[in-house]
Amino acid sequence: MENKDIYDDISSIKNIMERSTKFISLAGLSGVMAGIYALIGAGIAYMIIPQYNTISVADYDKAYTETVSGNTYHSLSVELILFVVALVILFLSIGTGILLSARKARRNNQSVWNPSSKSLANAGLLPLLTGGCFAFILYLQHHYGTIAPTCLVFYGLALVSASKYTYGDVKWLGLLEIILGLLSLMQPGYGLYFWALGFGVLHILYGTIMYFKYDRVNVK
Amino acid sequence: MLTLNNFDKAFENRIRLQVMSVLVANESYDFNSLKELLATTDGNLASHLKALEKEEYISVNKSFLGRKPNTKYKATEKGTSAFKKHLEALENLIKQQKG
Repeated sequence: MENKDIYDDISSIKNIMERSTKFISLAGLSGVMAGIYALIGAGIAYMIIPQYNTISVADYDKAYTETVSGNTYHSLSVELILFVVALVILFLSIGTGILLSARKARRNNQSVWNPSSKSLANAGLLPLLTGGCFAFILYLQHHYGTIAPTCLVFYGLALVSASKYTYGDVKWLGLLEIILGLLSLMQPGYGLYFWALGFGVLHILYGTIMYFKYDRVNVK
Repeated sequence: MLTLNNFDKAFENRIRLQVMSVLVANESYDFNSLKELLATTDGNLASHLKALEKEEYISVNKSFLGRKPNTKYKATEKGTSAFKKHLEALENLIKQQKG
């Protein structure tokens, strides 16, 4: 057996094991888009939540404390608009992610729905759905102040869990989201800022890094 | 002279070696995904899968997804240990060359 053959064999084993277990068509650009949607959403929330645009942060803290002690200050329509905005961001982000990843997969002659993307979805879905239910229950119980940290923490857990089946970098994004969520929990009243930082800024940063690290090479 | 001890004839072919790599790294894999991953033809892949099946290195599970046949392959214990032995043999060969 030739020397070169052995090394070829070994590198083909390594390559195929990686490609068969990891979904590598995840598009960096979809992260950037998700971040932009999130920032737009956070902007809308900032404008329609009266506490953010009419009173200072100190007053907001007071208002928040009053909420905790039982007084609700949100009008129903504001809550409903926020809920709809959140849903629209979610669907736009997931839709863009699937669309761009499908495009990248086609370029790599892979299908977007393959065993590795199924494993990816399986691993990420449970923490994500649990977090969704958790946040929705908080919403129903009027615990608005803890919704943003909850979203960040559970989303981070979903990313860490799914990272086994795609680029390892996803794990770092997940860990940062969890840390941000916990910090947010310690700073009541600033949830929207943390939310915008985690879902907006981090996504854009992460997506840009991924784009330059993996996607641009493929285009050339 | 290099010794070719423990070299598994079943893995001489690159496709068969790759199929085994996929099945060792994953719980199971279906025919179409294998075909896509290895960029090979139906006939070529089928004949190599047959060969591995004959060696009892892989097990086959045929089912239907709606009307489409969905054939799933798994590495057997025998296949997994044969694959490991083959890797060890490759490793030894490299060591011999270095020493």
